[in-house]
Amino acid sequence: MKIKVKALILRAPGTNCDVETAFAFEQAGAQVDLVHVGELIRRGRLLSHYQIMVIPGGFTYGDDISAGKILANELRLKLGDEIQRFVDDGKLILGICNGFQVLVKAGLLPRSRDKKLQSLTLAVNDSGKFECRWVYLRVNKTSPCIFTRGIDVMYLPVAHGEGKVVIEPGVLEESNVALYYADETGDIRAGYPYNPNGSVNNIAGICDVTGRIFALMPHPERFIRWTQHPRWTREPRQDYGDGFRIFMNAVEWAGSI
Amino acid sequence: MFRIEVSVKPKFPDPEGDRLKTDICDIGLTTVKEVRVSDVYFLEGRLDETQVERIGRQLLADPAVEDFFWGEGPLSRIEGEDVHVIEVAYNPGVTVPLEESVNKAIRDLGIDTVTSVKTARKYSVRGDLSKENLRSIRDKLLVNSLIQHVVTKREMVVLPSPTYKFVLTTVDLLSLDDDGLMELSKNRLWLNLNEMRRIKDYFSELGRNPTDVELETLAQTWSEHCIHKTFKSKIKLGQLIIDNLLKNTVMRVTEELKKPWCLSVFRDNAGVIDFDGRYAICFKVETHNHPSALEPYGGAATGIGGVIRDILGTGLGAKPILNTDVFCFAPPDFPYEKLPRGVLHPRRIFKGVRAGVADYGNRLGIPTLNGAILFDERYVGNPLVFCGTLGVLPVSMSQRGEQEPGDLVVLVGGRTGRDGIHGVTFASGELTKESEAISSSSVQIGDPITEKKLMDVLLKARDRGLYRRITDCGGGGLSSAVGEMAAETGVRVYLERVPLKYSGLSYTEIWISESQERMVLAVPPDIVNRLISLFQSEGVEATVIGEFTDTRRLELFYEGNLVGDLDMEFLHKGLPQLEKDAIWEQPQHEEPDFPQPSDLGEQLLRILSSWNVCSKEWVIRQYDHEVQGGSVVKPLVGVNNDGPSDAAIVRPLLDSNMGIVVANGINPKYGDIDPYWMAASAIDEALRQVIAVGGSLRKVALLDNFCWGNPDKLDRLGGLVRAAQACYDIALGYEIPFISGKDSLYNEFETEKESICIPPTLLISAVAVMDNVDRVVTMDCKQEGDLIYIVGTTWNELGGSVYYSIHGYVGNRVPRVDPKKGKRLTDALNAAMEKGLVRACHDLSEGGIGVAAAETAFAGGLGMVINLRKVPLSEAVNRDDYVLFSESNTRFLVEVAPEDRRQFEGMMAGIDFAAIGEVTRKEKLEVYGLNGKMILSVPIVELKEAWQRPLRW
Repeated sequence: MKIKVKALILRAPGTNCDVETAFAFEQAGAQVDLVHVGELIRRGRLLSHYQIMVIPGGFTYGDDISAGKILANELRLKLGDEIQRFVDDGKLILGICNGFQVLVKAGLLPRSRDKKLQSLTLAVNDSGKFECRWVYLRVNKTSPCIFTRGIDVMYLPVAHGEGKVVIEPGVLEESNVALYYADETGDIRAGYPYNPNGSVNNIAGICDVTGRIFALMPHPERFIRWTQHPRWTREPRQDYGDGFRIFMNAVEWAGSI
Repeated sequence: MFRIEVSVKPKFPDPEGDRLKTDICDIGLTTVKEVRVSDVYFLEGRLDETQVERIGRQLLADPAVEDFFWGEGPLSRIEGEDVHVIEVAYNPGVTVPLEESVNKAIRDLGIDTVTSVKTARKYSVRGDLSKENLRSIRDKLLVNSLIQHVVTKREMVVLPSPTYKFVLTTVDLLSLDDDGLMELSKNRLWLNLNEMRRIKDYFSELGRNPTDVELETLAQTWSEHCIHKTFKSKIKLGQLIIDNLLKNTVMRVTEELKKPWCLSVFRDNAGVIDFDGRYAICFKVETHNHPSALEPYGGAATGIGGVIRDILGTGLGAKPILNTDVFCFAPPDFPYEKLPRGVLHPRRIFKGVRAGVADYGNRLGIPTLNGAILFDERYVGNPLVFCGTLGVLPVSMSQRGEQEPGDLVVLVGGRTGRDGIHGVTFASGELTKESEAISSSSVQIGDPITEKKLMDVLLKARDRGLYRRITDCGGGGLSSAVGEMAAETGVRVYLERVPLKYSGLSYTEIWISESQERMVLAVPPDIVNRLISLFQSEGVEATVIGEFTDTRRLELFYEGNLVGDLDMEFLHKGLPQLEKDAIWEQPQHEEPDFPQPSDLGEQLLRILSSWNVCSKEWVIRQYDHEVQGGSVVKPLVGVNNDGPSDAAIVRPLLDSNMGIVVANGINPKYGDIDPYWMAASAIDEALRQVIAVGGSLRKVALLDNFCWGNPDKLDRLGGLVRAAQACYDIALGYEIPFISGKDSLYNEFETEKESICIPPTLLISAVAVMDNVDRVVTMDCKQEGDLIYIVGTTWNELGGSVYYSIHGYVGNRVPRVDPKKGKRLTDALNAAMEKGLVRACHDLSEGGIGVAAAETAFAGGLGMVINLRKVPLSEAVNRDDYVLFSESNTRFLVEVAPEDRRQFEGMMAGIDFAAIGEVTRKEKLEVYGLNGKMILSVPIVELKEAWQRPLRW
């Protein structure tokens, strides 16, 4: 019998997309555990039992100081070695929305040569406000990202106030960009509201050089079933939502570890 | 003390500063060139320079976009010459969640010598501004003196730690005459003379004076807010005597209909109905008006926090899955010079309330999927903030639990501070310009993450069976929560055990504090340790503060002293029933007298741009309506995701195809003519919205929320009776039960000259179970060539309409409802929709056919041509504008594919309906009038622009 892929979904005070993210991974065939950050710190080796670690969306610790900052600080200082071992073992990490902010601020993405330094950030949206809207996304075919394999374009919701990718020129290789905001024709130069936050170069998601650590601002777990599409009552039906492929890809790949 | 200041690097834009600059322009100060906002942290404790540097670099500033600098002492850096600095901090005693988070993160860094963290925001405003201008910016936009102050140069923002030394306080009641009793009641207990006498009699019999905590407990338990004594009073209206309005109207519908799927009604924190046999759903809407008037952000945030706890505290605890919010404000363009003293401008209230609801709801991960915003000048002193939450729970846990004597009283969640003391008694009186001063401690500050943690762990404890009963701790604090829980048993509470935010609270303050994010559990002693350790594992406090007894007494102790001892029978049943008089006379408004305007297109544009009709997208997009992944019909629909959906649909279980429809009906304008027809219209509207999205009336339940003026004034009470009577008549006619309700009375604002009374306002919220969400219909038109029908009868009913109001009239012919006919019509339409014969359906409300046709067209990105001669009329209506803008109830605009025409018409036989036009490719709305000539032709982009422009902030 094939052993099921195990995914750990990290919970912290203020995490709020854990249940639907778990549902998406379960639908994709993984066995999922929701684990509180306090428990993971107490039982550090716990992480090694999993092939996928996910930091889901939410407002961890109220997004106090800045979005994801306090959980990032906690992961870096209390679980740094464990997570490093997890990465070195060739496993997968996914950060969605708040998870993106956490991974970046913990220095896990984009994994610059000088590992200590956070070189990219997710700043307050140019509009100055939280926005919930659906966006078109285009996958960067030159990226090694495991999660976006075989996907060309997607339509997913964003819901955030701090999602603007800000980065110094030269820090990020083109191949680190996994996902761009685009318009309905796939043009990745589209402005607001297609690019909902003012991200530099329309960057919506990034990955590390191995393609195994991936983070994105849009919420793939919110488009698993067709009735989640904002225009499902007027467009031809699809068997499943655009976001589902990301979870399928992850589980399929992790099954081969 | 160290001061660390963090700001966005000058080369990057500062979106928050930019938004503030816009707000400053909005109040008429256009000379501002730039605004930058900085976060300021004050750290107290033994720290060396490398540690401060590290805290700044690694924690507080984002290395990519922010700079920081630090110094010792509270002084700020000198800025450029034309830069004006305003630094704002919270008042001592206000608990700021951010400060606790920063403390935790500093400890994570391995630095544990910081003893206190305080924060402030620094606003650097560049531009030519006078002192007067700066004061205006400060007072209108930046500082709410209730909770904040401006930091002046040398001021230390350190909280003093007061101590409290126990002294038992008694109140000399027995020696007071009637005047003395009323003097005592005024502005503190808010009880009437009869009630005060009753209390005096009770203590006379005991032969002693009450303690302060006993009096406060009685005042809270007997407050309008807690016991709804107006609705339960004996009311005389003309020849009619109504003994308990609530039982004779709203509750009576439910009693007579005896729906087997009503699982728990009018007895728990929320009404509960069956969902699919395995799960049940519960729904509650309540208001948080008075606090939102004074501190919009905190008031609204704690409003949403409170109703969420109602859901958590229903049955054995439900999971919140949807929020719905309805606000009533004065118009955003209300002139500053007309603003009564002591009142915040409606624009500020609007923005603050929106932010409070969004920040709290978003952080809790509950989608805000539905709502409405209404405007009327009379809400200027009393804005209304309705917050609603829907929850899901197993049927087996849907009944309220019962504790047993010996069970422990366990307080869980946040700590107790001075927040919200006297909140419910305060809510039971009128606001005046002095309210701000009297009630400064009535405003509460919300901490959504504490509530989120509490919610997560509570549901785990529920599933493990670790408590026997749960209730929320909201208005009235422990006094109300524990007092009500123990009504049938008795309870002993040890007040010194309650965990406090800071020292210095008296036993009475502990007992009546309305600090947020707390719940009370009844826990059998043998499992209490398991409960406490589960809570600990998720970082939530759980404390045993007492035990339930079988004495039927409320016994309160502080450090071994008995400080309160009341008989439960007297506390809960001793309140004398009020006897009130009411009168009702139908007001006569001037009958409109103006010729039909020549350009009806321009009229339609004006209606679309009116505050009550225009798009609320600016608000909607700042709420997360996708979290939890359950949304099926979102608030915005159509080809560009921006048309106004009639109702929300959510799937509570991700692996099931069943859905829940949530809708709200409200129209205070009709109440100016007759509250009876206002209530009838609100019910009809809520049900129409359920139907319009494909729901049926088979399993629908209603909630009522009455917001009224002072019911001691006879005419106000007369209107209230009329509205309640309509609730009975109309809901019974439609065969729809009420399952829960709330009221908020005394919404009047006293100025020197007059009392500004809100328009009588009734919100009717509907929740419906839908068997299969695949049958959902949205309001956007779908296909060129499809037929457009009007289903339902149009009358000359423009009284209270938007059309009359833009011409300065109210009128008298208010829309009426015939529920029997309405039920036939909606059942027939629903059957056709379930057969899949309807492509789009939009309910007709404000602005009538004109607005519905425009919205359906531009939401679908297509044109429409309609002919008013074909509209089914009840009577001769000989004006195009009246047909186009009448607001008659029980009407729908429906899109049907030509190939389904015969089947659709067959199914609608016996109903008033007609095909009045079709969907076109021309991207124009074209209307032919009663004389057969084209009377209106406007491109849909213009219609949409008019509709979107007003609130594109």
